[in-house]
Amino acid sequence: MNAILPLSQVVLKEMYRRKDFYVLFVLTVVLTLAAGSANFFNEDRIVAYIKDLSLLLIWVAALVIAIVTTARQIPAERESRTIFPLLAKPLTRWQFLLGKFAGCWFTCGLALVVFYFFFAVICGTREHQMPLLQYLQALWLQWMMLGVVVALVLLGSILFSAPSANATISLVVVFGILLLGRHLGKVALQQEEPARSLVYTLYFLIPHLEWYDVRDLLIYNQPLIAWLDVGLATLYAAAYALFFLFATWLLFRRKSLSL
Amino acid sequence: MNPASSITQLPLTAAALSPQMTGNRPEDRRLSMSAEETKPPVTEGTRVPVIRISNLVVEYRSKALGQASHRAVNGLSLEVHPGEVFGLLGPNGAGKTTTMQVLLGFQQPTSGTACLYGVDVQEPIARQHIGYLPELTYYYKFLNAEELLRFYGRIFKLPKAVLEPRIDEVLKLVELEAVRKRLIKTYSKGMQQRIGLAQALINDPDLLILDEPTSGLDPLGRMKVREIIQRLKSQGKTVLFSSHELGEVETVCDRIAIINRGELKLVGRVHDLVKEYHMDLERIFLRIIGYQAQSV
Repeated sequence: MNAILPLSQVVLKEMYRRKDFYVLFVLTVVLTLAAGSANFFNEDRIVAYIKDLSLLLIWVAALVIAIVTTARQIPAERESRTIFPLLAKPLTRWQFLLGKFAGCWFTCGLALVVFYFFFAVICGTREHQMPLLQYLQALWLQWMMLGVVVALVLLGSILFSAPSANATISLVVVFGILLLGRHLGKVALQQEEPARSLVYTLYFLIPHLEWYDVRDLLIYNQPLIAWLDVGLATLYAAAYALFFLFATWLLFRRKSLSL
Repeated sequence: MNPASSITQLPLTAAALSPQMTGNRPEDRRLSMSAEETKPPVTEGTRVPVIRISNLVVEYRSKALGQASHRAVNGLSLEVHPGEVFGLLGPNGAGKTTTMQVLLGFQQPTSGTACLYGVDVQEPIARQHIGYLPELTYYYKFLNAEELLRFYGRIFKLPKAVLEPRIDEVLKLVELEAVRKRLIKTYSKGMQQRIGLAQALINDPDLLILDEPTSGLDPLGRMKVREIIQRLKSQGKTVLFSSHELGEVETVCDRIAIINRGELKLVGRVHDLVKEYHMDLERIFLRIIGYQAQSV
C-alpha cells in the first residue's frame, strides 16, 4: 500500500498541473451557468431539460477525463522511459498497475466532486433545496462506474501501444455500452439461433455501465434508491474492475520492456 | 604472456559460487525476506558477489513469420564484487543493455540465472538496495526536483525523517540544490541526467547500475558525472556501468567486461589488461571485437 499511494498521488498531481481538466471544467461551468441563469418562468419541463443537459455534460466530461487520463498513463511512462527507474525499484508490476488505477480513479472522483458541487450550488440557488443524499448516490454510482471504465482503459493500454488508439476504442466501447447495453436483451429476442445466443452472451458478459446512470434522481427529484441496491451495484462494479485489472496484470506481469 | 589468460580469471570463493552453502537460494528465502535481510552480506575473508550472472541466454522471438529468433545474449556468465566499479563495454547491439534489462527484471531470460546479492532478479526485494540510472530518461516534467525525489523515496518506503535529509544530501551531491523548486521540464539535458543520478541515489544504494551515464552530455557535464561516480567509489559503493567513452572507463573502472554479439569476450582489471596487451583500452576493445582498420 505504501508504494501504491505515491504512484496515485503523482497521477493526481499530473491532473491538476496539466490544462485538460481545467478546460473541461471551465466548459462545464460556462454551459451550466449559461443554462442556469436563463429565466424560464420556473417551467418544470424546461428546468428538467436544462438539468438533464448539465448532468449529461458532467457525464461526458467525467468519461473523457477518465479515458484520456488513463489511456496515456502506461504509454507515457514508456515513452519518457520513467517506467524503467520506477520498476527498477522494489515495486511489483501489480503494485504499479494498482497505483495507476487508484490515481486515475481518485482523479475522476475529485473531478466529479468539483462538477457535482458546482451543479448543486447552481441548482440549490434556483430551486431553494438541496437533496444531499440524492447527490451522494448519483455521485457514488457514477464514480463506481468510472472505476470499471478506468480498469478497462488500463487493459487497453497494454493491448494497444498508441494512447490515441486506446482512447478512441475505449470511448467507442464505453459509449456503445451506455447507449446500446440496455437494448441488447431485446435485440437478442428478435434474433434467430445462433445469433440469439451470441447476443445474449454478449448481453451477460458486458459490464452494464448504463445501470449507473441515475441522473433522473436529480433531474426529477426522485426518491432515494434503496441502499442495498447501491451496495450491490458497488459490488458489481468492483467485480468488473477487479476482473479487468487482473487481466491487465496477466498481460503485463511478464511483458518485456525494451529500453 | 597470453592476453587471453585474464579472461574470466576471477577470484571466486566457494561461498560465492555455492548459494546452497550460504543459504542464499531465492526459493528458500523469498517468502520470509525483509528489506533488512537483503542487506549486502558482509563476510570476513569471503567475497560474495553483488551481481552473479550464470549462463544467461536471452532470445528475442521474431515477429515476422518464418524468421529465426535473435539471440541477444549468449551464455553470459559474470560476477561483480562489492566496492568495484565495473564497466560493461561492447559495440552497439552487443547485449549490454539486454543484460542490464535482465538484472533489473525488465526482461525475462530465455535460460540461465541472474542474482543480485544472491536473490533472483525477478524478486522485487532484490532491487531494494540498488539504484538505476537509465539512458536518456525524461522525468515527470510536472514535478520539481524535490517532489520527484520524494516520490521515489516513498516508493522505497523511506520514513520522512530519513527521506527529507536524504533529499537535501543527494541534491547537494548532484549540485541541483539551487533549482530544487524548479519544474523538471525547465532543466537542461545535463541537469536532467543529474536529477536521474539523484533518483538513483535516493535510497543510498549499495549497487548502482548506470546505463550510459554520460551519454549526450557536454564535457563539463561528463566530468561532473565522472566526479560523482568517483565519490561513490570512495564511499565503497559498487557501480556497474555501460559506456562507449573508453577514456572515461579507463579512468573510473576497476574492472571491465567486453561483450560482443551477446558473448563475453574479455573480463579483467583495467590496469592488468593495459599492462598485458601493451596498448590503451580503446585499442584492446577494437582488437577484441575484431575490428580491422581499412587502409584508404
